[in-house]
Formats: sequence, C-alpha cells, structure tokens
Amino acid sequence: MALDQSFVGRTYPPTDPYEVGREKIREFAEAIGDTNPAYTDAEAAKALGYSDVIAPPTFVFAITFQAAGQVIEDPQLGLDYSRVVHGDQKFAYTRPVRSGDRLSVTSTIEAIKSMAGNDIIDIRGEVHDEAGEHVVTAITKLVARAAKEA
Amino acid sequence: MTATISYDEVEVGTELPAQTFPVSRATLVRYAGASGDFNPIHWNEKFAKEVGLPDVIAHGMFTMAEAIRVVTDWAGDPGAVAEYGVRFTKPVVVPNDETGALIEVTAKVAAKLDDDARTVRVDLTAVSAGQKVLGMSRAVVRLA
Repeated sequence: MALDQSFVGRTYPPTDPYEVGREKIREFAEAIGDTNPAYTDAEAAKALGYSDVIAPPTFVFAITFQAAGQVIEDPQLGLDYSRVVHGDQKFAYTRPVRSGDRLSVTSTIEAIKSMAGNDIIDIRGEVHDEAGEHVVTAITKLVARAAKEA
Repeated sequence: MTATISYDEVEVGTELPAQTFPVSRATLVRYAGASGDFNPIHWNEKFAKEVGLPDVIAHGMFTMAEAIRVVTDWAGDPGAVAEYGVRFTKPVVVPNDETGALIEVTAKVAAKLDDDARTVRVDLTAVSAGQKVLGMSRAVVRLA
C-alpha cells in the first residue's frame, strides 16, 4: 500500500543530544581499519586546525539513523520496516563531527515516492551542536520493497 | 582545514591512489558493535538466507566508510570532505572463510567546482566480486 503523501514535509521533534566520545570515534575508526591519526590523536587533529579528534565522514550515520527511527516507527506513517533496505545515503558537512560535540538531530520527511509497488522515502536529518550551529545534513533514502501477493 | 593536496595541482581526470579493503565476518561483527547496527543479515547466515540473500552481506554503511578512505587518505585531512553521497546498488557478500570479500575502490577528480572555495568533485567506484557495489558515489572535497 502506498504511503500517505501528506506526510511529506513532516518534521519530528529534535532528539536529545548525543555526546560524541573520543573512545567511540576510536572504536569506529578501528572497525573500518582506518589509522588516520586525526581520529585518535588530539595533537594530530589540532595540527589540522581542530580542537579535538574528529570523526570519520560516515560516523554520524549511527546518530542520524537512530533519529530517523522516529519516522520509521511512526505508526501513523505505517512503513513496513521488515521490507526496508537502505537505498542512498548522503552527507553535507558544515564542519566535521568532533569529540565532545553534543549533537541533536531534527528529522524531516523530504519525499515519498511509489515505484513498481515499492515505497521510497527520503528522510533529512539536520544535525546541530549544543550552540545551535549546523554540523551536517544527512539524507537517507529507504526503500520498502513491495509485499508479495499472499 | 589542511588538505595536503593543492587545488592548483589537480586536473579533471586526476586519479587518486586506488585501494583494496578486505572484509571478513569478524570485520562485520566489529563494525556492528561500533556502529550500533545489529541487523542479523550482517552476521547470521541462516537469517540472511531466510530473507533471500545469498549469504551474510556487509553493511552498506561499512562499504561507504571504506570507499571514502581513498579520498581522506589522499586529501590528508578527513575534514576536507564537504559532501559525500552513494547509492547502494549491490550487496557485498561476505563468505564465512578467512579471506572474506574484497572491496576495490578507485576514484578520480571529475570536476573542479569552485576556484575560490578550492573544491573538487571526486567520483568513486567500488567493486566487489566483479560487481559494482556503489553507484553515484561522489564526494566534494576542499583542497589546499
């Protein structure tokens, strides 16, 4: 069943702040095998002009995807999450995420499309720091595959 | 912002050093923990097959994280990546053996965007087992 177009433009309340920890960044960098010192060595990060270690470009997804759960689990929207696959992902940065950031995400349903029985939904997550400054926008496209005929 | 590559030194068509990233089941378990994505299709073969996949597959976000390393290693400063987007076209299938799978990433400068901002667009290609696993994979990078 096609999703209700009237949900396009709906914005959900900002999430409680997520505090980015130095060790969580280290754990993420190790998991992707990336030894760039900007992720683990505060002095190396400072040499690049940052106040503390920064996170790899895709680190913030864990935070924005958790926030997108508000949309995915909205019973009124009625997305069948068991059929959902990740279609596209995009990030647009104002500045990199760094250790000590307290990040809040505001999720908005950007678009809903229906193609060949598949529901396609674009969720925009605007990530701001504690001072209210924009850090990154994450656009997540989810595809709910058509249910098979019973 | 201290990218080590100078905007003036790159041209459209400049190729970035290619890299190949191995991914095993152990890699996926570790990534699941670090990212908080515990979907069983990334570690449970029985579950993956039940939902119609050939085997356990890598997280799309893992593949996305690996591919951009070609750019961050080249630019020197991971914070030089201003934009990054991909389409997940095919899954990276990860067999349960010591080798696992390989993700081969190539990239080239596709356009010089802005002489004042010193930004370039880099187009990435990621291949695993002979199939393109990322589509429309592009990054905007601020150079020195």
